[in-house]
Amino acid sequence: MDSDKILEEIQEIFRDILDQQNLVIHPETNADEVEDWDSLNHIQLVVAIEKHFKMRFTSKEIQSWKNVGEMIICIKEKMV
Amino acid sequence: MDTEIKDFTALSKNLKKSFVGFKKTRLAILADSASQFIIRAIKGTGIEYGFNYEIYEADYDQIDRQIFDSGSDLYAFKPEYLLILRSSEKLIKLFYQQTNVARVVFAEQQIEYTNRIFEKVQNQIKCKIIINSFPETNDAVFGNFSGKTDLSFPYQVKKLNLGLMTEAQKKGNLFLLQIDSLISRIGSITGFDPKMYITGDMVYSLDLLPYLAKNVHDIIQAIGGNFKKCLILDLDNTTWGGIIGDDGMEGIQIGDLGIGKAFTELQLWILELKKRGIILAVCSKNSEEIAKEPFEKHPDMKLHLDDIAVFVANWENKVDNIRYIQSVLNIGFDSMVFLDDSPFEREIVKMAIPEITVPSLPEDPAEYLIYLRSLNLFETASFTDEDEHRTVQYQEETQRNNVQKSFIDEASFLKSLEMTSEVKAFNGFSIPRIAQLTQRSNQFNLRTIRYTEEDVKMIADSDQYLTLSFNLKDKFGDYGLIACVILKVMENKTLFLDTWIMSCRVLKRGMEVFTLQAIILLASQKGYQHLIGEYIPTRKNAIVLDHYKNLGFSLIGENQWQLNLDTYRGEQTVYIK
Repeated sequence: MDSDKILEEIQEIFRDILDQQNLVIHPETNADEVEDWDSLNHIQLVVAIEKHFKMRFTSKEIQSWKNVGEMIICIKEKMV
Repeated sequence: MDTEIKDFTALSKNLKKSFVGFKKTRLAILADSASQFIIRAIKGTGIEYGFNYEIYEADYDQIDRQIFDSGSDLYAFKPEYLLILRSSEKLIKLFYQQTNVARVVFAEQQIEYTNRIFEKVQNQIKCKIIINSFPETNDAVFGNFSGKTDLSFPYQVKKLNLGLMTEAQKKGNLFLLQIDSLISRIGSITGFDPKMYITGDMVYSLDLLPYLAKNVHDIIQAIGGNFKKCLILDLDNTTWGGIIGDDGMEGIQIGDLGIGKAFTELQLWILELKKRGIILAVCSKNSEEIAKEPFEKHPDMKLHLDDIAVFVANWENKVDNIRYIQSVLNIGFDSMVFLDDSPFEREIVKMAIPEITVPSLPEDPAEYLIYLRSLNLFETASFTDEDEHRTVQYQEETQRNNVQKSFIDEASFLKSLEMTSEVKAFNGFSIPRIAQLTQRSNQFNLRTIRYTEEDVKMIADSDQYLTLSFNLKDKFGDYGLIACVILKVMENKTLFLDTWIMSCRVLKRGMEVFTLQAIILLASQKGYQHLIGEYIPTRKNAIVLDHYKNLGFSLIGENQWQLNLDTYRGEQTVYIK
């Protein structure tokens, strides 16, 4: 799966969890720029992404992501 | 109503919905782990079912401070319910700090600590307290040997859970949220997310939270008088495998035949529900004679005709039949559960009667029982000896109805019943049943104040109250304890009718008048001159709107009524001795 496709799929998850149907995210998007993307909702997002891609992230990975792009790189690595 | 349990995301979204007009309940939550998600789940669950939980959330890990400081925010909030959530993660850390001498008595000490919390809260505010049982983590320090030493955490935590049950049995206002059963059902691998724990100090996974919240909601609803009283069963492919009309008595699957085991085990469970006081009814599209045959003759049937309070088998539509069952039992649709294997029938019933609970049974009957158990449909806040006899009482009622038809006037029918009533002040034997009446009765209930056993015991012991309970018997059977009155002592030789409740099974027997006469007798013996009654309207108690008016009270304010003993005429005839 390429990065664009992953972005598209996690955008759907973001929209669902944060309950914002028109939300658009980019690789550069970070938590400060998105309404309601706080540390609590971050946990919800991570659990939903794990379920969707059937993978598990380490606690360290979760804390290291600075933006959506780093999240995507991490997902891609786990798909190999 | 659907029984599907929404996932955490859906529950979170509920928080954005409007809950204007939903019934408010004040709930305080104290936890020794991060509780934000727990609160979200409980609030979202409430909204799902039309309830608005106003939640006070203490700061993180403040159980002791909030409870043992009399001036704390907790007490200022005045909750109706207090939920105290303690985690196995914190418990195990505490356990590891103990010396070996202290480890041996760890469970006892924890129970004593729980009792201290309970006493302190009860002395300060009269609220119901819900505590959790602990997930029984095996820390693998002793392996399977942990059972063979009282120095192990698995041994002490199991002992603690059992001890908490014992305390809950002794204390009317203490309720137990059985988190360890939730965990044992879905497993600690699904119920606990290590990442959420390490990064957020959250001890329950997002998969577990909807179930945890639902169980908290169920406990609170049961205490508040909302619980299921009746289970209506479809027959073909629900109660047994196959179709009785086509397959015949020998062909239906039950016992050892085909997948009969699934149905046998379901029936055994349903029989247990009946023993616990759930009324069973049958609603089936069949000829009555054919439908009844297995109940009478099939050797593997666990359910028999005398287990069923109302048996309806005909070719009419199920909605009308369920309405008929409701009218015979005289209970709300929201206290009924309807089991049917056909998604089509379920949809029609749900559409026509939205209040009734209709589980979406799995396609495979092998999964029926495990699915139904997971829904926790039959939460209750009390259990008394009388519950077991409820079915018999409804069957006797059917007999009475049949006899009544043969009398022309009501007076001679009532006379023929040979009714006798026993009137007593509340005592140790009657207190559990009285508490239950205050919790169960919705219709003939003037003020709908719910009391736990603990509350009733206090009232019975107090000199600020007079109490009366009423049994009723007639020639068809014993109704048991069916009415109670709590009178609060006021100034100016006045008694206030704090509670007046009667079971709807004895409506139209003249019991109200008999009760009033007993109240008047007691009041005059004790030197009181006035009775004040109040009617607090609810969604369900319209039948007592004119209760005080009919009994000769005068209106003295909105829904406030007064009766002066010296002007009471007592003209209405009663046929109860």
